[in-house]
Amino acid sequence: MRKHPLLQMGVLGAAVTAVLLAIVLSIHWFPTDASTQAHNVRTLYDVLLIVSVPIFVIVLTVVSYSAWHFRMKPGEEDTDGPPIHGNTRLEVVWTALPAILLVGLCAYSYSVLRSNEKTHPGAMVVNVTARQFAFEFSYRNAAGREVVSPDLYLPRGRPVVLHLRSLDVVHSFFVPQFSEKLDAVPGIVTTLRITPTRAGHYPVECTELCGAGHSLMRTGAFVVSPAAFHTWLSSQKPNGPPPVGNPPKAAAQPGVPGSTTPVANPKPPKE
Amino acid sequence: MALSAKLRTPGWYRAALYDVLGFAFAFGLVVLVRWLMHQHPVIDGKAITIVALIAVPLAFLIGMGAADYWFYWAIGRPTRAEDHSAHGAHTWRDYFRVNTDHKVIGIQYTVSSFFFLFVGGLLAMLIRAQLAKPGMQFLTTEQYNGVFSVHASLLIFLFVIPVFAGLANFVLPLMIGAPDMAFPRLNALSFWLLPLAGLMMLASFLAPGGSFAAGWTAYAPLSTTMPLGQLFFTIAIQLAGASSIATALNFLVTIITMRAPGMSFFRMPLLVWANFSTSLLVVIATPFIAASQFLVLLDTSLHFHFFDAYVGAGKNGNVIMYQHVFWFYSHPAVYIMMLPGFGIISEILAVKARKPIFGYRMMAFSLLAIVVLGFTVWAHHMFVSGMAPWIRIPMMITTAIIAVPTGIKIFSWLATLWRGVLHMDTPMLFALGFLTMFTLGGISGVMLAMVPFDIHVSQTYFIVAHIHYVLFGGSLMTIFAGVYYWFPKMTGRMFDDRLGKWHFWTTFIFANLTFGPMHYLGMQGMPRRVAEYAVQFAGWNLFISLCSFALGASTLIFLYNVVASWRGGPRAAANPWRAMTLEWQVSSPPPIFNFDAVPTVVGGPYEYGIPGAVHGIFKPPVEAQKATAGATAFSTPPSQESH
Repeated sequence: MRKHPLLQMGVLGAAVTAVLLAIVLSIHWFPTDASTQAHNVRTLYDVLLIVSVPIFVIVLTVVSYSAWHFRMKPGEEDTDGPPIHGNTRLEVVWTALPAILLVGLCAYSYSVLRSNEKTHPGAMVVNVTARQFAFEFSYRNAAGREVVSPDLYLPRGRPVVLHLRSLDVVHSFFVPQFSEKLDAVPGIVTTLRITPTRAGHYPVECTELCGAGHSLMRTGAFVVSPAAFHTWLSSQKPNGPPPVGNPPKAAAQPGVPGSTTPVANPKPPKE
Repeated sequence: MALSAKLRTPGWYRAALYDVLGFAFAFGLVVLVRWLMHQHPVIDGKAITIVALIAVPLAFLIGMGAADYWFYWAIGRPTRAEDHSAHGAHTWRDYFRVNTDHKVIGIQYTVSSFFFLFVGGLLAMLIRAQLAKPGMQFLTTEQYNGVFSVHASLLIFLFVIPVFAGLANFVLPLMIGAPDMAFPRLNALSFWLLPLAGLMMLASFLAPGGSFAAGWTAYAPLSTTMPLGQLFFTIAIQLAGASSIATALNFLVTIITMRAPGMSFFRMPLLVWANFSTSLLVVIATPFIAASQFLVLLDTSLHFHFFDAYVGAGKNGNVIMYQHVFWFYSHPAVYIMMLPGFGIISEILAVKARKPIFGYRMMAFSLLAIVVLGFTVWAHHMFVSGMAPWIRIPMMITTAIIAVPTGIKIFSWLATLWRGVLHMDTPMLFALGFLTMFTLGGISGVMLAMVPFDIHVSQTYFIVAHIHYVLFGGSLMTIFAGVYYWFPKMTGRMFDDRLGKWHFWTTFIFANLTFGPMHYLGMQGMPRRVAEYAVQFAGWNLFISLCSFALGASTLIFLYNVVASWRGGPRAAANPWRAMTLEWQVSSPPPIFNFDAVPTVVGGPYEYGIPGAVHGIFKPPVEAQKATAGATAFSTPPSQESH
């Protein structure tokens, strides 16, 4: 019993790791994924869990095992432990191993980020305007005229670029099923890329505290078939006169994924 | 004493009088300036309040006598030499005076911080009551935003940061063998700034338009367009920040110049190392939050346009600039709220496991590594802020790498436990509870460093869960551990260990049940800072609310234990834990000047298990060398506390 405390603890730790991993991997942490980005984030999270659980179990097992096995027994009131001051080899290991592991995770995350923010030529542009306490989504219909909707409609399978603006304070656009989020910042235009993959009705939430109505600043995101989207768009009444020149793409070319383009005086949407 | 004499001597009467004068000054200045500038109306309540928020606290401090010595000196009047008659506290009233004794100031700090812990905790109960069911309850959304903003601000700026300064104020000079802090008068001033900051934050509830409600982060331009209450936060931060900076300078000078003979840097207890590192962080970082709030103050009160970038209005303020300046303080602040706790845990684990700290030097170096790296990670709070996207990549890497020195500390503590003789009493339980909960907070922190995952959970309840695992499971656990550990030294009484264990288990269990499920809620998409939420989150929110009430109740055990033990607990011995560090070699509570003989440090602070090893002896350096040359069989008898 006292001979192999490390072995004993190793077996215990492995068992706990197995059980905990089975539990945490079977929990549905995320809502249903409805975009390619969300799918990638879920895989990343599983990898993070697989790496994290053993580390947590090491701490948990050593603490519980020590509390049980090395607890002061009657008669040991004046006894001290062995004067071990350190072990250079061990310290090098627990500095280097986590560092390598973390750099590996960063590299993997970076590749996920690159893939999630890949630009797609021909992506559909939606202009999102946030204000206290509502979102407004603006599209160009087939005639090039502006169509404004309080809900977000997206055709399934087509990459979309959202350009976010704010009319007052900082807001944030979040759809949990897309796993994508970005602030709408006064004075600049921010860019978010999403490729919806699953038809359905999802919540759009403001996640940046924006004042008294913050908790009620919610609307819907509808992912529909391309045909249904086309029908919806052409059924909407356009806003304002037909465009002169080529304004649809004027503010829509920042290019870099998630980039911010300083705009001296971005055009407020027409009411 | 006659009233007129009371109004002239430092104290509460003069402070009250000076407050009236301070307010009159604010009123007069605003009216005069507005009249000269042809502003109408001449009497403007908002402007008067802003000036009064600055003038009245300063007048109070002068009235209390926090600056008398400097004024006397500056105008050439004879200064009253410090005869130390004001040292020590004989009755509870002495804690309500300006006192320059670090032990009195330590208790003033600790007790007033705990007052704000209980106020902040009550606000948390309000928050959870509101969130127990979906739909609006008894608070309006404005009130709700105010309640969580004040909750966070009080607990960060008036509890976690100052309570560590309080504990260190008491024990740090003792640990390094010093009679007091380097600047006792500055120390007193630092303390008295704090209750003013806290009361100002609470007073914001009385402001027209309600309390500040832009979160503790006070993001512009929301904060610059808020009603008057926001300025109570803006100005209170200046007071709390000034207090922090002054204390940090005090610690740095004390640690660098006032160590006992023989106390080299690598013989310092790790608590001293931790406070050295924390003070470096405070001195460098805190001016940034002061700046951010000055900019907000200028935007709000004088219509500057730092953060005014309204679309279409032709204004080119920079909104993201606020977040950069704010987080350049507020990320290091996370370590300001954690490193002193690391120090406390190192003390307790070594003493309670009866073993030297494993890898002492690496423990010290990892603190310094955290200080340096802590300044390179701030923008990980801004992955979804719309800042230039490339910044996210270096910030992700530095954020992940800062887990390495933190991991070194965790693993070294585990190795310290290994093969020790563990005394499983209340301070030790809290230390072990800290290890497990803080590891979870650290793991979710590494997850948050990963940009694509952070994009999903940023600004959701996952963040609320993470910050509470770090600040409750981390900082608060170490604070409880430290308060129990040094309670005998600070009060001269023993606490009730059985009640302490009850306190630990209720806190540990209900904290995990309260904050654990929040990870799940956040990943499911529940945003943070909402007064109301979608029906799908109802079940878990009710569960969390019920557990949080039990968690709140658990602190009552602590309150009862501390109050009852302080009043009538058994007398504490000088060194009930058989610890080696210097604070335990003097009586409990320590004599008025800490050491009757200057101690000489002859060895490391944690030499447990080495027969005859001592850390410090109470002899002059020359004799000490003779006594220890070649011989180890020399120990400090507890009777050294003679006075």
